[in-house]
Amino acid sequence: MGEPFLELIDIGKTYPGVVALDHVSLSVAPGEVVALLGENGAGKSTLMRVLGGVVAPSSGTIRIDGVARTSYSVADAIAAGIAFVHQELNLFDNLDVAGNVFIGREPVHGGLLKLIDRKTLLAKVRPLIDRLGADFAPDTPLAELSLAQRQLVEIIKALSLDARCVIMDEPTSSLTLSETERLMQVIAGLKADGVSVIFITHRLNEVMQCADHAIVLRDGRMVGALTREELNPAAMIRLMIGRDLRSLYVPPAAPPGETILDVADAVTSTYPHQAVSLQLRRGEILGLAGLVGAGRTELARAIFGVDPLLAGGISVDGEPIRIASPREAIDRGIYLIPEDRKACGLLLELSMAQNVSLPDLASYSSFGLVDTVRETANADHQRERLKIRAADVKAPVGTLSGGNQQKVVLAKWLSMRPKVLIFDEPTRGIDVGAKQEIYDMLRRLSDAGVAILMISSDMEEVIGVSDRIAVMHEGRISGFLARSEFSEHNVLQLAVGHTV
Amino acid sequence: MHKKDLSLLILILVVGTVVAVINPRFLLVGNLSNTANQVGMFGIFSIAEAFVIIVGGIELAVGSVIALLGVLFIDLIVNRDVNWMVAFALIIAGGIAIGIMHGTLTTKMRIQPFVVTLCGLLIYRGAARYYTEDSTAGFGYGASFPTLEWLTAGRTNVLGFPLPHSVVALAIVAGIAWLVLHRSVYGRYFYAVGKNEEAARYSGIRSDRVVISAYVICGGLTALAAVLIAMYTRSISPAVHGSFYELYAIAAAVLGGCSLRGGEGSIIGVVLGTILLQVLQNLVNLLGIPSSLNFAVMGTVILIGVLADQYFVQRRQRSATARGQVGAKRSPAPLERVGAE
Repeated sequence: MGEPFLELIDIGKTYPGVVALDHVSLSVAPGEVVALLGENGAGKSTLMRVLGGVVAPSSGTIRIDGVARTSYSVADAIAAGIAFVHQELNLFDNLDVAGNVFIGREPVHGGLLKLIDRKTLLAKVRPLIDRLGADFAPDTPLAELSLAQRQLVEIIKALSLDARCVIMDEPTSSLTLSETERLMQVIAGLKADGVSVIFITHRLNEVMQCADHAIVLRDGRMVGALTREELNPAAMIRLMIGRDLRSLYVPPAAPPGETILDVADAVTSTYPHQAVSLQLRRGEILGLAGLVGAGRTELARAIFGVDPLLAGGISVDGEPIRIASPREAIDRGIYLIPEDRKACGLLLELSMAQNVSLPDLASYSSFGLVDTVRETANADHQRERLKIRAADVKAPVGTLSGGNQQKVVLAKWLSMRPKVLIFDEPTRGIDVGAKQEIYDMLRRLSDAGVAILMISSDMEEVIGVSDRIAVMHEGRISGFLARSEFSEHNVLQLAVGHTV
Repeated sequence: MHKKDLSLLILILVVGTVVAVINPRFLLVGNLSNTANQVGMFGIFSIAEAFVIIVGGIELAVGSVIALLGVLFIDLIVNRDVNWMVAFALIIAGGIAIGIMHGTLTTKMRIQPFVVTLCGLLIYRGAARYYTEDSTAGFGYGASFPTLEWLTAGRTNVLGFPLPHSVVALAIVAGIAWLVLHRSVYGRYFYAVGKNEEAARYSGIRSDRVVISAYVICGGLTALAAVLIAMYTRSISPAVHGSFYELYAIAAAVLGGCSLRGGEGSIIGVVLGTILLQVLQNLVNLLGIPSSLNFAVMGTVILIGVLADQYFVQRRQRSATARGQVGAKRSPAPLERVGAE
């Protein structure tokens, strides 16, 4: 293995009020496989964006082939041979493999019409397909390919650009075991050809299998670099965690009561071969932790009736019920505060008053006509109660800040009679002050007898707010943790599919 | 009244004044009464269209439905001796059935509304022509339905103005539609589903039902318009009767502030849009413009109107941004206008 051709030295990136990267260094030699580890939000994506020229670092040096670059754009990154295989693949469903690989760079016959030279196109792609040993043809329509095959198309595209370093962002998160095995072989092949790979993953055994060395990020800082010899799961997990969690925890006023929501062997379409069972008790906050893509949001959507359950059942207060739509969930007192506020949680052009009353309009109307006085009065009341900073409850909610928007979603449900509240990433994109207010509200609600299921990818939040934690891994619950067992180490162990 | 509706009203008054100055016959009672009659008939199916557009759909079969149901209505009362009240009920039921079909196909089968209703446009037109063997359906000599004729095509003298009963029908329809859309729980659901169906669903709105009911309202109102139009024309050539009416309806809805993306529009606006279109028709006739230019004039005016609207919206936004207001982008807020009206 030769000298590193790509070096990031002491890279820092600050956004107003946030340090996203702090003195991170990374070097890649030809044919080297580097694993990049860290929890959600540790700074991996920012680092990759710096590497791709999308984000300019606030400090530090980028050196390519030993030459320090003062400016470094996306075009520079491509010219330097850096290519991305994205988590959500950037491919065109309506084109074939070759069309995707050479999109925007199609070989053309001369002339005004610039007709595509199909023969040359296919001939250029075929050797690349062979090189990876892929089982599709250059003219196979992309729509016929599996996710794993599409990933290979992305890699082929990278190779067609003479990539020297391919960056793969969680490439195996949606692959089956055998597909993962295949990808490992492809990576080994690239390595043998002298192409480097930067590999972002949560799966420690894959790191063990293919990485030459690894760096670990935490809160934007580089907390460790492991050589091939030092790579073992214990060392990696130790580096990924180990931060002092500020103690947020407020214990419940009374021990949790009887089971309100009982999910038994629920199967969602995302993980058709995994069943989830969990019980939620009155006055309890159950944290649902796991890595992105573990199937937590899908579970919440199924409980709320947005997506159908493939199998299994849900009982409320011991009575089995069938929830075919959000309306039926709402009528049972099961409310969801969705992760995507703008697309699902709120109607941004509508006012706060109109958003709050929407699920329960009948209560604000007589003879089918909406009583805007009552509607506004309730909105005003909720605004006071939740300290929503909105000048006017009649202004469109789209004009409010993220934290206040989230409180409007909450106000919608608190105007009714919540029995079970499901929060999907309750504080995503919300500033610190509003976060604390939402945590306080969670505890007040649970003390008032509401059962709360809180999906969160924020370790501090899961550990600091929950009374009990369920951890999901690839569509199943890999374990429950009682308050006494709470630790970042334990949560992470379960999240990557190990046992505690 | 909303600002947009107000500017539309001003535009109507300006166009009307110009026409009246050039050709004073515009203001003759007979001409105004005839124009009002057209507004009455066209207004009803334009409101019908608006319901569908507000939930984010489109209905292209309006003209063909008017032809098919018109033919059926005349056939029922003239040739099959069905009591006209029963026939009327059957026709309305037919319109509702078509609405249920279109709504179900778009929601449950997930076919794009443009495609569903385009097929409807072709099918109903063909059915009407086949049913009459492509011949004109009409009232023979001696066929007389005095009550029905008075109710649908008659006029009542109000302070010296012969008020067409189609206008009375439109006033009733518009009044109820206004109440439903701008005041009722259901109207909220229409706008919410049109704006963001996913978020509406997360708020417990059964969006499929809301969309289907919009098509049902559209079908029912179109059937009502079909009877009025059939009784007004008294003879129906199934190949051309009602053709392009869906485009009049869409044009009136767009002029009235409906967005084809859904979630916007007001009933007052749609009625004003219908009036503007009919005044323009009248203008073509009275100003001696070749009637072949009819559509071209309408198209030009609509385009200019939409461009002007766009221009003013952008200018408002720019000046709002210049003042440093965060709420600069609050232009659409369709439910806001409810309070303003």
